[in-house]
Amino acid sequence: MDYGTYRGVYTIIMMLVFGGIIWWAYSKHSKKKFDHVAHSILDDEDIKKSNDKESETRQD
Amino acid sequence: MSATSSTTPNYNFDIVKNFAFMAVVWGLIGMSAGVLIAAQLVWPELNFDLPYTTYSRLRPLHTNAVIFAFGGCALFATSYYVVQRTCQTRLFSDKLAKFTFWGWQAIILSAVVTLPLGLTSSKEYAELEWPIDILIAIVWIAYAIVFFGTIVKRTVSHIYVANWFYGGFILTVAVLHIGNSMAIPVSFTKSYSIYSGAVDAMMQWWYGHNAVGFFLTAGFLGMMYYFVPKQAERPVYSYRLSVVHFWALVSLYIWAGPHHLHYTALPDWTQSLGMVMSVVLFVPSWGGMINGIMTLSGAWHKLRTDPILRFMIVSLSFYGMSTFEGPMMAIKTVNALSHYTDWTVGHVHSGALGWVAMVSIGSLYHLIPKVFGREKMYSIKLINIHFWLATVGVVLYIVAMWISGVMEGMMWRQINADGTLTYSFVEIVAQKKPLNIIRWIGGLCCVAGMIIMLYNVVRTIRSEKTEAASVPSSTAQAV
Repeated sequence: MDYGTYRGVYTIIMMLVFGGIIWWAYSKHSKKKFDHVAHSILDDEDIKKSNDKESETRQD
Repeated sequence: MSATSSTTPNYNFDIVKNFAFMAVVWGLIGMSAGVLIAAQLVWPELNFDLPYTTYSRLRPLHTNAVIFAFGGCALFATSYYVVQRTCQTRLFSDKLAKFTFWGWQAIILSAVVTLPLGLTSSKEYAELEWPIDILIAIVWIAYAIVFFGTIVKRTVSHIYVANWFYGGFILTVAVLHIGNSMAIPVSFTKSYSIYSGAVDAMMQWWYGHNAVGFFLTAGFLGMMYYFVPKQAERPVYSYRLSVVHFWALVSLYIWAGPHHLHYTALPDWTQSLGMVMSVVLFVPSWGGMINGIMTLSGAWHKLRTDPILRFMIVSLSFYGMSTFEGPMMAIKTVNALSHYTDWTVGHVHSGALGWVAMVSIGSLYHLIPKVFGREKMYSIKLINIHFWLATVGVVLYIVAMWISGVMEGMMWRQINADGTLTYSFVEIVAQKKPLNIIRWIGGLCCVAGMIIMLYNVVRTIRSEKTEAASVPSSTAQAV
């Protein structure tokens, strides 16, 4: 395979990989997991649930 | 770390504290250096007639201090914090993390010494000579081991998107630094690049633009994806978009370097390719910017009361502005006017002061009380004053540079009927004087903001010591 053909094939492969990433990211299958992950950093803070009320009243 | 350790015993916050505090200190020093050299452009006597304090030697000191000392420390601090929290585990190695802190400070100090002495490899944003370059490579590899080691030992299954951005930044910067710094030493303080001619220029701007793309963008996007949702107390607008954002950004940025070399000895097709890739880069940049800003949808009212969140959202607005401006300036016909003028300087500062500094400052205000075991910063009011000083400063700066840059470009182009230049270079410099004064005032505002920040941080830290016993073990809902 000459260099030009190799580069053409490589470009097509890269486009397919990128299309695959988009397909994966937007598939129904991933949605639940992604929602969970997106919320995970917020849940992290609530290890001590008992203190929540206290800190909420302190907020202004 | 008395109060913090009782609720989060697993995390190494000491290293985060060190880097966070030094980020504020270096931010103040680096921006002050910038204000001094801005003043030199108006009042040249301020170089004090010493070789060490000339513009040419202090300018690389300023850029290194703000990018690698301030930005670098902010990235170390936030990445060590975020990777621990999102992986729910302690850092891979405390000793190695400590080594990255002292190693990084040693590198900064050696820059503070060597650059005013005139020791430079003369590569922009990579001026440091070869012994320091080797130290950078060693510290950076240690950083990569600590970061990726922590990800490997995580106790949660998924790797949160902020870590992808931090990881991409760490990996790419290692490749860029080692690739571009390849040199043949002729003495302890002098070396010559192994590349020559147009290849050297292309290597330099492959490095230079990706220093922007990965050091100054990907790392700070990692910050955005963690600290904006945390401060807004809402999950990121679209996690799906963030995944696509990551892959699009990292696969496109690497090709944009040639736009720094329009109309030079670089082959024309390479220039055009760099231009096209730079314009395409607009898409992932705005995808990410929209993802960050829309995280606030339904909670816009928080901007009224929370200056930390305001810092973050305004930083994203500047990010959007400069990533629109950048692709536009990469178009060859636009570049023909903008290149080598103050417009470029304004563009860089709208990215560096508007986006990078403001998102770092917002993240540091969020992080510092948490790692020092305080409920919130000493004074929210002072954060608000800092916010307005920073915003006004950046706007003054970039507006002055736009006007100055376009004017300068137009004046350079003016040609008389007989083909001679209408204006001499020094005439144009004189014309820019009032705009350079406005830029200097803008810089002063930014420095004033950093002084207030340092005071606020010191008061926050000291108040912890005196009230350590009475600090509740609450996990600090903050602000």
